[in-house]
Amino acid sequence: MRIVTVRRISQAFFLILFLWLCVASSFGTQWWQLRGWPVNWLLQLDPLVALGVVLTTGTLYAGLLWALATVLLTILLGRFFCGWLCPLGTLQHLAGYVGRRGRSVSLKIGDNAYHPAQKIKYWILLLLLSAAAGAMLARGARALWQAPSLFWTAVAVTGALLLFSLKRFPKRHRRVTGAFLLLAGIWAATAFLYSVESLVAASLQTGLLDPIPLVTRSVNLVLLPLADASTQTLSPVQRYYQGGWLIGAVFLAILLLSLRIPRFYCRFLCPLGALFGVLGRYALWRVGTTCDECVRCGLCEAHCEGACEPSREIRASECVLCMNCLHECRHNVVTYAPRPSAAGEKPLPDLSRRGFVAAAVSGVVLAPAFRLSGFTASAWNSGVIRPPGALDEGDFLARCIKCGQCMRVCPTNIVHPAGLESGVEGLWTPVLHFRIGTSGCQLNCTACSHVCPTAALRPITLDEKLGLGDHASAGPIRLGTAFVDRGRCLPWAMDRPCIVCEENCPVSPKAIFVEEHFRTVRGGVLEVGRADSLTVEPAPWPPDPGRFANGDYFLVLPGIDEAPRRIAGHDGTRFSIAKDRPWTAPPPLGSRLEIQVRLQLPRVDPERCIGCGTCEHECPVSGKRAIRITAENESRNRKHSLLASSRIKR
Amino acid sequence: MKTPSSPSPDPRDMDRREFLKRSARAGLAMGGAVALSYALYDPRGPGASSGEAETVSLPDFSVPGTSGRLSVATGDDRAKALRAALKALGGMEAFVRPGDRVLLKVNAAFATPPALSATTHPDLVKEATRLCLEAGAASVIVTDNPINDPSSCFTLTGIGKAAQEAGAKVALPKESFFRPVTVPGGRLIVEWPLLHEPFRGIHKLIGMAPVKDHQRSGASMTMKNWYGLLGGRRNIFHQDIHNIIKELALMVKPTLVILDGVVTMKTNGPTGGSLSDLEATRTLIASTDQVAADALGATLLGKTPADLPHILAAEAAGAGVSDYESLHPARVQAG
Repeated sequence: MRIVTVRRISQAFFLILFLWLCVASSFGTQWWQLRGWPVNWLLQLDPLVALGVVLTTGTLYAGLLWALATVLLTILLGRFFCGWLCPLGTLQHLAGYVGRRGRSVSLKIGDNAYHPAQKIKYWILLLLLSAAAGAMLARGARALWQAPSLFWTAVAVTGALLLFSLKRFPKRHRRVTGAFLLLAGIWAATAFLYSVESLVAASLQTGLLDPIPLVTRSVNLVLLPLADASTQTLSPVQRYYQGGWLIGAVFLAILLLSLRIPRFYCRFLCPLGALFGVLGRYALWRVGTTCDECVRCGLCEAHCEGACEPSREIRASECVLCMNCLHECRHNVVTYAPRPSAAGEKPLPDLSRRGFVAAAVSGVVLAPAFRLSGFTASAWNSGVIRPPGALDEGDFLARCIKCGQCMRVCPTNIVHPAGLESGVEGLWTPVLHFRIGTSGCQLNCTACSHVCPTAALRPITLDEKLGLGDHASAGPIRLGTAFVDRGRCLPWAMDRPCIVCEENCPVSPKAIFVEEHFRTVRGGVLEVGRADSLTVEPAPWPPDPGRFANGDYFLVLPGIDEAPRRIAGHDGTRFSIAKDRPWTAPPPLGSRLEIQVRLQLPRVDPERCIGCGTCEHECPVSGKRAIRITAENESRNRKHSLLASSRIKR
Repeated sequence: MKTPSSPSPDPRDMDRREFLKRSARAGLAMGGAVALSYALYDPRGPGASSGEAETVSLPDFSVPGTSGRLSVATGDDRAKALRAALKALGGMEAFVRPGDRVLLKVNAAFATPPALSATTHPDLVKEATRLCLEAGAASVIVTDNPINDPSSCFTLTGIGKAAQEAGAKVALPKESFFRPVTVPGGRLIVEWPLLHEPFRGIHKLIGMAPVKDHQRSGASMTMKNWYGLLGGRRNIFHQDIHNIIKELALMVKPTLVILDGVVTMKTNGPTGGSLSDLEATRTLIASTDQVAADALGATLLGKTPADLPHILAAEAAGAGVSDYESLHPARVQAG
């Protein structure tokens, strides 16, 4: 079988596998739903996810170890992942094929010429990684400042190099000068990191552009809900995702661009591709020409996906191993072999020192600059309610890759990609939205915390979520607290009995309790006409008297008998009250008579409320709800506590 | 392959050497990746809370053999009154040894001028610093975590200037100065941020507070003054004000407390804001027993310990005695 056929089979296989795993990342009783399917496998194979989390946390979380396999194979073979596996690469590959069908060979060759802007992706990679590494660098800087031996060693080395370079400088000994400049740069950087310690942050932003989270997010939050809209087979009700249009627009733009410029994203933007380019620096096998018999016909470049110029000095780091050049070459001089290309090789693009430093420094400064807004400190947004198991905001932002797996898996469709409500850093991270979706956060569900590939939502047990067993002393995990808006609430503001919120509160004992209150209705101050101990003829006879006989309305005789009597019915001129509680004496003629409504006013017990949002979801004030969750009292940050007592006593 | 016509080495040989070199590098890179993954592998993921800072506790600053001392000086001049009250307790020498580093915890809560008596009076800060230095103290540090903006507070209350003139240093609270503290048996102060940095290397602690009206707790005196050692959103403890004051009294075992009732804020506390809120009560209390000092100070507000549950709670918890007469207070006149 020809190698390009094998590659196509591999691409098709992984694309279908990927789509399948996205479909399977759902919660339900069907065989094709979560049943131990390795739904995060592609995300786990992605070494940029693993590297990002390693840089922000210093740990390699469980399944991310899969990335090691990709790394090892890339070191041996080069960017096989891009050409053979990456679903976003495959989709662009397809789009590029479709978009350029019928174009002349010479135009196609032109499309695939190397462009210097292909360097941009390395700068993006560097920028994202240095933003992630900020906290780690700062820890290093602090260690340097605090350990005298390290400090003086560093000073001595710098001094020695300074002397050495000054001595050598006239001879233009560039290496030593370079090393000195590098050291000076490191000193400046450590001084900066040390001085902005309180702003130093590990901000994981790789997920914005990392193709695997990007394509996962796009499929989960845009393509699947759109594809499923007509048949509703994947989900019994339409899935919604706030701001999904932007995610869709990015995805569409990537595909549209690749119609004209093959693999536009891979070539110019993809930080994962850049990482693979670096990892494959010493790849043993690589594409190249065998001898001088190449006639430079250029056919090999007509379908070159990576724009790596295989007929000339091949740019090894750009080659995505599509193998089209091997297939196209009429002279059989292009091979994939463990030897250098006869036409020469350029292993890595020449990133200028200036560009390199600019990208790295920008990355390091980026995270502290983001934190200036105070989103992770005193200006935290209590409108941002994170899913159960979410780490404290700083730690959360150090791990979340914005893949959307939690949003896809949530059975109630309440986990949504954030816009800018949790800061620029929080774009597309999961937040709860209780109006969209089918309920609040389900009491007995921990799906999102277990599907999270990086433990930004750490895996929690049901006992931990509910505060049972070993977790009894810590109490349940609270996402926030419900607040009643007394100006919007039907019983509080509009004399209408309701308490749907109390009814639906899933906590036992309920976090929402009611206060009974009798309130005179509008136009309900009347006079007693003829009356006996069970009936009364009011004057004037109120309009629509039937509505007062529904069990919620009572008659009160202020100053005479203030105990409310339930209105049991009316016969056209008189109200009758419930027979079991007659008035002791017939109400006197002309005395004041009031129709009162029995209200149960909902109130929230902050010690019991877990912020699940069921009340907000159910509230019949369907626009801006009359009971709403905000993140006050959320478990993940004690500084957000509402109550003085540090532990909830059971 | 064509036979080489030049004496250059066999290209296949070159290839082999190049291949071996690359293999070695690739092997190294792979080994590095495996080793790094092994070293950083974390099968379980993060716990409920990320690595919190180590908790700290405050040492006992009291001087052995000085417990239960209480003196009351009467007068209008705070400096003279303080000198007289301390003399009656055995002199500052009884508490501060040569070479000691002393921390003065003042009440600098509000950015108001000293005339309004919402904060520790600068005359007292100055005189206390002098007394410490005269007793041989190596250094005196003045600190508080005020409610209003810290640097404004220390400037407008006159405390900052007074401290510097007398030779003390002011420690303004910084974010990095706080460490979590837990009061043994406490229910409220559990891993709560404490203004800890100024306590480093400190041998003696003196609390200095004015007597003030306080709606929520009934009175603000020396025990409530320790509230200013807490950080975080400490005002959530107003939900349980008497217990937080009790826990504060258990958290801090001072060398000495000084309660300024030369002027008492009778109304509109604890901020005051008008001279009409104040009354000259001409009393300055110094004691090694914070509960007794506050019980005595309460009388200036026309209250008894029974009106102030935190005094009884602190006494029941063993922080001191509320029956100040049982300590036989030394009563002295100062000018």
